[in-house]
Amino acid sequence: MNRPPFLFAFSATRFWGVVRKEFLQLKRDRVTFAMIIGIPVMLLILFGYAINMDPKRLKTMVVDADRSEFSRSFIVAMHNTDYFDFIRELNNETEGEAALARGDAQFVVNIPSDFSRRLVRGERPALLVIADATDPAAASNAIGAVTQLVGSVAWKDLGGSLARLNGSPPPFEVLVHRRYNPEGITQYNIVPGLMGIILTMTMVMMTGLAMTRERERGTMENLLATPVRPLEMMTGKIVPYIFIGLLQASIILLAAIVLFGVPFVGGIVELYGILLAYIAATLTVGITISSLARNQLQGVQMTFFFFLPNILISGFVFPFYGMPYWAQVIAHALPMTYFNRLVRGIMLKGNSWPDLWPDLWPLMAFTVILMGIALKFYRRTLD
Amino acid sequence: MIARPENRVRNSEFAIDVRGLNKHFGNKHVVDNLSLQVRPGEIFGFLGPNGSGKTTSIRLMCGLLTPDSGSGTCLGYDIRTESDAIKRNVGYMTQRFSFWEDLSIHENLDFVARVYQTPSRKAAVNNALINLGLKERANQLAGTLSGGWKQRLALAACMLHQPALLLLDEPTAGVDPAARRDFWEELHRLAAQGISVLVSTHYMDEAERCHKLAYISHGALLAQGTAQEIVAAQKLFTWAIKGEIADESLTRLSGMLTNKPGVLQTAAFGNVLHVTGRDPAMLEKTLRETLVGLPYEMVRTETGLEEVFIHLMRTSAEARKAKP
Repeated sequence: MNRPPFLFAFSATRFWGVVRKEFLQLKRDRVTFAMIIGIPVMLLILFGYAINMDPKRLKTMVVDADRSEFSRSFIVAMHNTDYFDFIRELNNETEGEAALARGDAQFVVNIPSDFSRRLVRGERPALLVIADATDPAAASNAIGAVTQLVGSVAWKDLGGSLARLNGSPPPFEVLVHRRYNPEGITQYNIVPGLMGIILTMTMVMMTGLAMTRERERGTMENLLATPVRPLEMMTGKIVPYIFIGLLQASIILLAAIVLFGVPFVGGIVELYGILLAYIAATLTVGITISSLARNQLQGVQMTFFFFLPNILISGFVFPFYGMPYWAQVIAHALPMTYFNRLVRGIMLKGNSWPDLWPDLWPLMAFTVILMGIALKFYRRTLD
Repeated sequence: MIARPENRVRNSEFAIDVRGLNKHFGNKHVVDNLSLQVRPGEIFGFLGPNGSGKTTSIRLMCGLLTPDSGSGTCLGYDIRTESDAIKRNVGYMTQRFSFWEDLSIHENLDFVARVYQTPSRKAAVNNALINLGLKERANQLAGTLSGGWKQRLALAACMLHQPALLLLDEPTAGVDPAARRDFWEELHRLAAQGISVLVSTHYMDEAERCHKLAYISHGALLAQGTAQEIVAAQKLFTWAIKGEIADESLTRLSGMLTNKPGVLQTAAFGNVLHVTGRDPAMLEKTLRETLVGLPYEMVRTETGLEEVFIHLMRTSAEARKAKP
């Protein structure tokens, strides 16, 4: 008997048989297929639209001590930017502070009593906008809009009498106080990060159930009785999902650019290269779970056990370097941490291979190590 | 049969030759010191009550389970170390339908042909479809087939790679009599070509169609041999009691005879009651005394396999109870 040793025996025929079977089963499983397309679309809508990075019509209150033609005209101009929704007029600044603290208002506009008088005198008076900046994303665009107004409102309304000031510094200034979070940094990081979330969720879950499904349907006994080898079985089961992962990533990429205007300054080849590496990593996680889990419920539980730290500490939700050191150490064992950096690096910074490599090789090493674990735990008998 | 290099079956006297196999699940002794031999071209019936260890024994023989102790060969390959070679040359039909219900008949067969690396795959699949009369249903999903058709598909699939040995685990459970008959004719055709078959069953008519039988209970082999040998070995004597009267009185008679001297067991077959015992003289005496004045006719008859198996099952249960 000239049979090659176990580890090196890989039959392309058997492998392709498994791939075909998986594709056919996937084709028949309409619900799963719908989910595969549905999950990215749903998450995109939730994260992309519901979690609005540029919210409009924010609740605003005003303390107008000036009560002049100018102050009214400034409030109308603020309203017209669409960022502010004036819901109430307040008597004094203390009421304004209280409203902010309670969260009844996100902005309080303070126009001092002698504002228009000092404006006409050319004393460059200040107008105070207090913002609740606990969520920096919510406040920053609105604040930007107010500062824009300074010039336009002044020239339009006070054109005649203040014409002599034209060309000189703006006739008044807007002071912005960002309360609770003075830094207020936001980035285009939700949508690219979403790629990692969606891939992790669907890839790990789909393959996590791949072997347990065979076990629960009773077809595992049949598979074990055939000469199919573990490596052929596992790689064969993975292949269809590589295509699915690429399809999902493309949907998200398209939406990121077309719907959300996320800049894409890097190379498409680099992006698909790291996508393949990440899909391979998540699929091996799935297939490992599949070898360990006894039933589908365990498979789902293990998937979530893996999924949660990936969402929370990979830098998707919380800034990576804001986390305590131990959390950063754990995060470095998670593939999504590397993927988040890679995908943001390519899309936002235009990174190329040399920049990407330090985060790419850990992903590859992760894949190889996990595949070894999966093969070790693959049960070749029914024992 | 096409002999491919990797599918060459080793020359050996037995298709299956296992000795002293043991298997425990937890503290349950599922297979207890099992030894059996199946010759090439033989249809070997594997009988025993539910939970007696038939399925486990079959899984041990084809390498799906590892025995705790014992050794053996299947087609000349060691069941412990050469399960890959065994898998390539054995057709195993599981007790429960284990093909993919969301694949069509053709797709199932095609998958099996690929994983067994069957040469000229398309022709092999096509022939299997024609032989089994499944050609018109080739694109039907396996999950929508009735029990009988599923069983035909399973047999076709495990025959596709032309195995030298078939291990069939209750292949005809829930299949109608006509389909069972066709199935057994097919098995005899295959055996005539030199293929060995080990088949587990609960049906006595099927047991009688086997060349050889083994009866196992609680994992232990209680009898082995041809049907005649097994019957003869138990040295049982049976009388048939025929009555014109309705079954009800026959049931009462059966109750009267139980526990009488010389009576081991009674079994009703329509209007006939079979009474079995070990001591022919004492049995006859008891029967004559009991039947005095009753409208029954008693005739000596052959002891059937069923009586023997029920007897074996009872004695093994009593022996186990007697054990401390």
